[in-house]
Amino acid sequence: MSLEVIKPGALSTFQDLGRPAYRHLGIPVNGVMDERAHRLANALVGNLPSNATLEITLMGPTLRFHEEAVIAISGADLGALLNGEPLPIDHMVAVSRGSDLSFGKRSFGTRAYLAVRGGFSFEPVMGSASTYTRGAYGGHAGRPLKKGDVLPLSPLTPSSKLAKLSQAARSLSQAFDDQVAFPQDAPIRVVRGREWSYFSSRAQQALEAQPYRISPQSDRMGYRLEGEKLELTAPREVISEAVDFGSIQVPSDGQPIILMADRQTTGGYPKIGHVCAVDLPRLAQKMPGETIRLTLVDLGTAQRLMLSQQRSFAALEQLCVASS
Amino acid sequence: MSAAIPVNGEAESIASDAAAWTLHASGERLLIIELHAGDRVAANRRARDFAARIAAENLSYVTGIVPAMTTVGIHYAPHLVRLDNTSQAPYDALVEVLTGLLKTVGATQDTAPRVVEIPVCYGGEHGPDLGEVAHACGLSEHKVIELHSGALVDVMMLGFAPGHPYLGMLDARLSPARRATPRTAVAPGSIGLANRQSVIYPLTLPGGWNLIGRTPLALFDPVREAPCLVNAGDQVRFVPITPEQFETIRQNTGAAR
Repeated sequence: MSLEVIKPGALSTFQDLGRPAYRHLGIPVNGVMDERAHRLANALVGNLPSNATLEITLMGPTLRFHEEAVIAISGADLGALLNGEPLPIDHMVAVSRGSDLSFGKRSFGTRAYLAVRGGFSFEPVMGSASTYTRGAYGGHAGRPLKKGDVLPLSPLTPSSKLAKLSQAARSLSQAFDDQVAFPQDAPIRVVRGREWSYFSSRAQQALEAQPYRISPQSDRMGYRLEGEKLELTAPREVISEAVDFGSIQVPSDGQPIILMADRQTTGGYPKIGHVCAVDLPRLAQKMPGETIRLTLVDLGTAQRLMLSQQRSFAALEQLCVASS
Repeated sequence: MSAAIPVNGEAESIASDAAAWTLHASGERLLIIELHAGDRVAANRRARDFAARIAAENLSYVTGIVPAMTTVGIHYAPHLVRLDNTSQAPYDALVEVLTGLLKTVGATQDTAPRVVEIPVCYGGEHGPDLGEVAHACGLSEHKVIELHSGALVDVMMLGFAPGHPYLGMLDARLSPARRATPRTAVAPGSIGLANRQSVIYPLTLPGGWNLIGRTPLALFDPVREAPCLVNAGDQVRFVPITPEQFETIRQNTGAAR
């Protein structure tokens, strides 16, 4: 059971829900940038969300299936082709032996997630298959795909219920609360940061009023934003403490950095805000050069949205359990 | 329900007599406990007491407990927090639980922490900044080594990179500032010194600390059963070794590539 990498594409790494249990050791969580797309792709093929998906960035690879398989792609539309024919996203597709999956013209988003029924077969590192490129561990050989890689697949478990389940999963993809899955171009919602009060009123207003461009230096570790400088009222010492996916740190140059999947566990810069968990998937689909706007919501709203998203996640998981 | 939530960033103003502490939201799935003991070492030890107390509860919705310098980060899954009623916010429910719990934390125990000996080859190619540090501190190189290796120091926290410890506080005479221009690549095992603290670089990383030596031990190995050599709360003793001993240990352990 294997998949062969014919062309590697720009940046494809295996990711799952990461290694959150190791944060006290300074070990980054890693894992998927767009959790909704990862969970959906897995659910479409009847996998639990703990299975790794291939996170494909902008220019996808060409992969050859040496065995038949059942796959789904969610998230960005990077122009997937199966043996040269367009492959719709958010669909379960049966793939025959010898088929090539390739990618053509990108039409939306930055990151696509490829799930294969039964999952990829990896030795977990610290409980996770997530690739941490900087640390050179996890996923396939601790690095992005290279030409000639052979990726082992877990044996395919056929299920007569699969087609029906995939149909149901697909309808669920539309079942995320409208407030959870906001339109792609709507402002990114944030709650006020731990050090909000350290920032000048001008900075506090600029955060919502001004556009910020995602810099080319952005990656899975952090999105560096360029725009109006966010200044403190006075220099303040901030002692290093735990940070999270979505924390918006502002170093002394006043240009904010949003911490993403490969973020460090602790940080010592003042945080003006935190991107809401439900809007991280939308942010992860933005690419360098794009401009975003931020808007404030209160903590209660952010938690209510997260609870709503979690109910949809639970429903997707329920389907997988039913299909196994 | 949002009305029940305090303005983010404002302290919950909960204090006990022994050591004041406050609770803060840091986004919707991280809560920060801030310790306000006057002395940083005392606050740091208190942070670890709190972290240990919360860990002992095995709360199903707590997904990570990260003790830092003077704080404890509690990562949690809001959807798993048990609410008193449907209008209660998970953050408020967690504040209630932690407030009750932290009031029961006793005085810092005087139990002996684990001591980890870390061999260090000081100066030379392994510690290119030793001379500058000695000059900045008004000490001889020998004296810097003597002070750095002369006392047990706490592992105050791990952060910045996998298994990357912050150690302190060192002798008050060891207070050089960080380098004005950080290096883009520091070799793994390098020992940094600044402002009475030391760090040990577990991987090749950029860094602005003064490099005074290097250990041949691997601070971090992702496939080792205990991936990190030291944990927060351990104590470290630096043991000076020669360049020859450095090579021998490195070859024997296959570490510090």
